[in-house]
Amino acid sequence: MKTLVCIKQVPGTAQVEIDPQTGTLKRAGVPAKMNPFDLYAIEAALRIRAAAGPDSTVTVLSMGPPQCEKVVREAFAMGADSGAILTDRAFGGADVLMTSFTLSQGVGKLGPFDLIVCGKQTTDGDTAQVGPELAEWLGIPHVACVKAVDAVGADSISVTADLPDREVSQRVPYPCLITVEKGIAEPRLPSYKLFKSTAARKVEYIGLADLADSDPKHYGLNGSPTQVKRIFPPPSGAGRTMLEGDAAAQAAALADILEERNFLR
Amino acid sequence: MSHISIHPEKASDKDAAIGVCPFGAIERDATGALFVGGGCRMCRMCVRRMPEVFEFVEDAEAAPAVDKNEWRGIAVVAEISPDGALHPVALELLGKARELAAARGEPVLALAIGGRTEAAVQEMLERGADEVHVYEDPELSEFRIEPYAAALSDFIREKKPSAVLVGGTPTGRSLAPRVAARFRAGLTADCTTLGMSPSGDLDQIRPAYGGNIMAHINTPRHRPQFATVRYKVFPIPPRERPHGAVVRHKPPRDGLASAISILESRPKPAVKGIEDAEAIVVCGRGLRRPEDLPMLRELADALGARLAGTRAVVEAGWLPASCQIGLSGRTVKPKLIVTCGVSGAIQFVSGMNGSGTIVAVNTDKDAPIFSVAHIGIVGDIYEVVPALVAAVKAKKEAAK
Repeated sequence: MKTLVCIKQVPGTAQVEIDPQTGTLKRAGVPAKMNPFDLYAIEAALRIRAAAGPDSTVTVLSMGPPQCEKVVREAFAMGADSGAILTDRAFGGADVLMTSFTLSQGVGKLGPFDLIVCGKQTTDGDTAQVGPELAEWLGIPHVACVKAVDAVGADSISVTADLPDREVSQRVPYPCLITVEKGIAEPRLPSYKLFKSTAARKVEYIGLADLADSDPKHYGLNGSPTQVKRIFPPPSGAGRTMLEGDAAAQAAALADILEERNFLR
Repeated sequence: MSHISIHPEKASDKDAAIGVCPFGAIERDATGALFVGGGCRMCRMCVRRMPEVFEFVEDAEAAPAVDKNEWRGIAVVAEISPDGALHPVALELLGKARELAAARGEPVLALAIGGRTEAAVQEMLERGADEVHVYEDPELSEFRIEPYAAALSDFIREKKPSAVLVGGTPTGRSLAPRVAARFRAGLTADCTTLGMSPSGDLDQIRPAYGGNIMAHINTPRHRPQFATVRYKVFPIPPRERPHGAVVRHKPPRDGLASAISILESRPKPAVKGIEDAEAIVVCGRGLRRPEDLPMLRELADALGARLAGTRAVVEAGWLPASCQIGLSGRTVKPKLIVTCGVSGAIQFVSGMNGSGTIVAVNTDKDAPIFSVAHIGIVGDIYEVVPALVAAVKAKKEAAK
């Protein structure tokens, strides 16, 4: 059984900030790390590989600058068998549609796969939408928000999706795509031994010319229907009340306001 | 091809030029020359900050725009559970859709997909839908992606709505991208502000890049425009006398077949989530140890509030994930929220800034939380919270 996991490198700390006064960036080039949700996707895939038996493999794919080889190597240290990076200047400025299209082209180059596993969302985009769009480009069914893999069969996989009001167990035939929740399985730590033993393993670099559709107009900014018109710091609230004095005075003033606004009934 | 063009002769300081990009996308090649690498997200910050060096070059032969006049109406996709209950985010979206549609004199189209839709259809008529389009079939009872995507696609082909608004629930965030990709359409997730420009382009604003940045996003050349909005971001409009029409559709031409078999659907015990709380006390990293949580619980009890936390607190395991407020957690809109030792990253703020009264307690007077707070206290939660608990208890006692 062949499984692919899509992974992404994200800023290590959550913040890229603009100074509201000057409109300039407070910080740039923060250290990067693997998207935390992807660790669960890799763990789920490794357990599926174990359940599926011999000749099963886990491949990881990341789209981004060459620096994201680091997260591919981290996946190797967790136990992934092979990995590739989609990188090309033409991919820059990709929105959800173009990111998922580019990934689908990468899947075409590396695949076919029986199963594709994505983390539920990334911590820098927070959209949770690339996985379902990728499934559409590939024309395969998908199940989002998977909290448990119940059975790994020869032709299908059984999973439980976690919805706000109910849990739905369902069986999906291969090929298919799932996006997984945190908590599906505790991710193993990268192994130093594996990290060393895979240090010489080649990471495949895939550029525009390697893809079935190599028209640059179909990628990146040019192919993206959404355009960022501008970015700006969040509006700051004027007209707020600051309560002065020591803690007792501040607390008393706040209690007065809360009473006035009927919060103390 | 649209791209960022670099004028290297104007870049006196190459390191400074590299430094203008928040994503490190400006790189040097082997010869030391600058180029824009694949990390570029076209935020055009470089063009704004160093206009002499960086230039945005628009593609002259860009794909022709669609005829926007063929696409009319603001559609709202309802989420209906197997027992026929309507998720209230659809009502919130109807209120916003009315506003957007009024700006251009377009209709508000509601879409009901499910096994039992009657109650939901009635509810949406009472909240201002001009037309409610219905796809009802036992096969649509449980959410499965193929038949739901087929129904939504069928509706879009027939009605050609200019915009499609979908609740940012787990189901909505599965359906909207699937169908957006089918139409090669733009999709903007988790919008916090939606407006309508004279050209009919949705002005979509959302927190971006996980940082303290808002992005204003347009879809200038494509229709329909897909946007998702989280629950409790917009208010529910008042009930009114229904005036809309109900249009019942045959099964979609792509059929209702699904490769997915539902084995079991188990309702979860109804735990009241923080989304439903009228008052919330939030624990941030100003709390030094998990052992100190009872101090905040006491405040929550005194205020009749639920205790919730920031991402950092939940990731540290101090509170369960169901209590996390923010983009990667829940969106809340209580009447009162008291944040204790919360710095106020946009990731957090966008999950709570619709709250009625926002109180912030933080030692750092420059913390971003104070820019969204209505009432601010610069102080140590270890002093302010116990004093507040005492003051609130005294007032309640006096009122008895």
